[in-house]
Amino acid sequence: MAGVNAGDTAFVLVSAALVLFMTPGLALFYGGMVRTKNVLSMMMQSVFAIGTITVVWLLIGYTLAFGPATGPLGSFIGGLDHVGFAGVLGGRTGTLPMGAFAIYQCMFAIITPALMTGAFAERMRFRSWAILSVLWVLLVYAPVAHWIWGGGWLAQLGVKDFAGGLVVHASSAAAALAAAIVLGKRIDYGNPDIAPHNLTMTLLGTGILWFGWFGFNAGSALAANDQAIAAFIATQVAAAAGMLTWLLAERFHTGRATTLGAATGAVAGLATVTPASGFVSPLGALVIGMCAGALCYWAVLLKDRLGYDDSLDVVGVHGAGGVFGTLAIAVLAVNGIGGVSGLIEGSTALIVPQLIGTAVVVTYSFGLTWVMLKAIEKVFGLRVAKDVEVQGLDVTEHAEVGYSL
Amino acid sequence: MKKIEAIIRPHKLEDVKEALNAIGIKGMTAYEVRGFGRQKGHTEIYRGAEYKVDFVPKLKIEVVVDDDQVDGAEQAIMMAARTDSIGDGKIFTYDALSATRIRTGERGPDAL
Amino acid sequence: MKKIEAIIRPHKLDDVKEALSAIGIQGMTAYEVRGFGRQKGHTEIYRGAEYTVDFVPKLKIEVVVDDDQVDGAEHAIMMAARSDKIGDGKIFTYDALSAVRIRTGERGPEAL
Repeated sequence: MAGVNAGDTAFVLVSAALVLFMTPGLALFYGGMVRTKNVLSMMMQSVFAIGTITVVWLLIGYTLAFGPATGPLGSFIGGLDHVGFAGVLGGRTGTLPMGAFAIYQCMFAIITPALMTGAFAERMRFRSWAILSVLWVLLVYAPVAHWIWGGGWLAQLGVKDFAGGLVVHASSAAAALAAAIVLGKRIDYGNPDIAPHNLTMTLLGTGILWFGWFGFNAGSALAANDQAIAAFIATQVAAAAGMLTWLLAERFHTGRATTLGAATGAVAGLATVTPASGFVSPLGALVIGMCAGALCYWAVLLKDRLGYDDSLDVVGVHGAGGVFGTLAIAVLAVNGIGGVSGLIEGSTALIVPQLIGTAVVVTYSFGLTWVMLKAIEKVFGLRVAKDVEVQGLDVTEHAEVGYSL
Repeated sequence: MKKIEAIIRPHKLEDVKEALNAIGIKGMTAYEVRGFGRQKGHTEIYRGAEYKVDFVPKLKIEVVVDDDQVDGAEQAIMMAARTDSIGDGKIFTYDALSATRIRTGERGPDAL
Repeated sequence: MKKIEAIIRPHKLDDVKEALSAIGIQGMTAYEVRGFGRQKGHTEIYRGAEYTVDFVPKLKIEVVVDDDQVDGAEHAIMMAARSDKIGDGKIFTYDALSAVRIRTGERGPEAL
């Protein structure tokens, strides 16, 4: 155990378990928002990612993202030293055993593709999702993680993303937007029957996501230190503030404060503070969370005006939030917390890197996902048949029903 | 024999049951339905998007009675289910051709 | 007066409601039922065990109309609920002896 800090290791292992728990939480969060006939297919898309992506990560994903950034391609993709987790046991990542780091990162690779499933709820073929999720982790997630977290070219450029505003939320949301456009609207889009079937599930899922997010953000310090505490506090504060401003926005806009609004505002706050959580003060996190609730509320309303069926608002919440939080670092970063300064400390150094990082990740994920979707559509088909969509995906795709009365 | 069907407000079920009991009608069936009529529906709001729901939750009760009980039963249901606001519901009456108690095979009014 | 009952595909409810509204019929009741007919059911699989489910989810709608509206209502429901595939449902019509509006006590066609 030479070079290993036991406290840091214990903290990161617990954080890994917390982040894993977010994916079933996401399944509940999304599952409650679809109709009874699609609840299982919706949850299955998240649950299935736990199975596939774990295996993909072990075999090749980890080394593509976090293998050595050396050689001519090193800035763009990790070296193959850790195929099949070779050399992981006994290795070191900072003060951690490399295995703790590798399995912690596995949980991020699972939830990131799962996030996008909300955009194509109630109409994507399961087989197509299975293929897309694997391809996407290998061709989009792993390279982007390498560029920003694995010592790749965006990291060398000075792009800051503490826990995944770009790597997780913006990349998944850009893919979600591509998918919502390529798949097209649900047959019943705009019909009142399409309303969420069980918001109690969604609220429970929100609680699990919030709980797990401490592992996601605080754990990203990769040490039980001051920065982890700052990220922990920022996470709680931004979630709370996001909930409040979302509710205010909707109270003014529609006259009501809703439970789904409380849940969505909290998730918006969490997603938005993610990239900034290890760089900003508690008051900075408050500002980010307050902006997140209002901004994401507005962004969610955009889909009707622009005419895409991002069914469960992945773009409006994770896309708008991930991008805003990433850019907010350039303004609100405090040197004493994360080692970098933003505009409030008089530094303009982060503005250009953050803008470049955002543009690159969003464009790359959107473009490559679009190509993957078109290719899968051509070879396997993407969307279920019309009568299958009417009957619901639970019985037709999985031969089960969520509710047997 | 006649079959009486009434669409009522869900919270009026106990009142209607007791009113029917009071005039000697001891059996009925009730189930949840959605009704669309003069009573306005409601608006549901999900993430800023408003959905207008025209169908409101109602209970439907069914009771089959002998011919001489029809007027009394209609009156009892009407008085028990009434709140004087739009949405109190309606009562419909139909001919019933036969009735059979499954356990014993009794037929006609004896089966009621 | 006649009572029309129709068994329809669940997602056709709004279309049927609109079609009836368009010919001046402003009230109806709907509820979930399970139907068994020519439409094939489906198979559910739980831990490898297969269960054949013959009863498929349907909606039943009921509406009581004046005699001169029966043909129009039947036609409106039929056209709105049709998808040309097996399982579109059926429409049945029965005599209704009386109708009462609970709130006001109005009787007969006035109560519809």
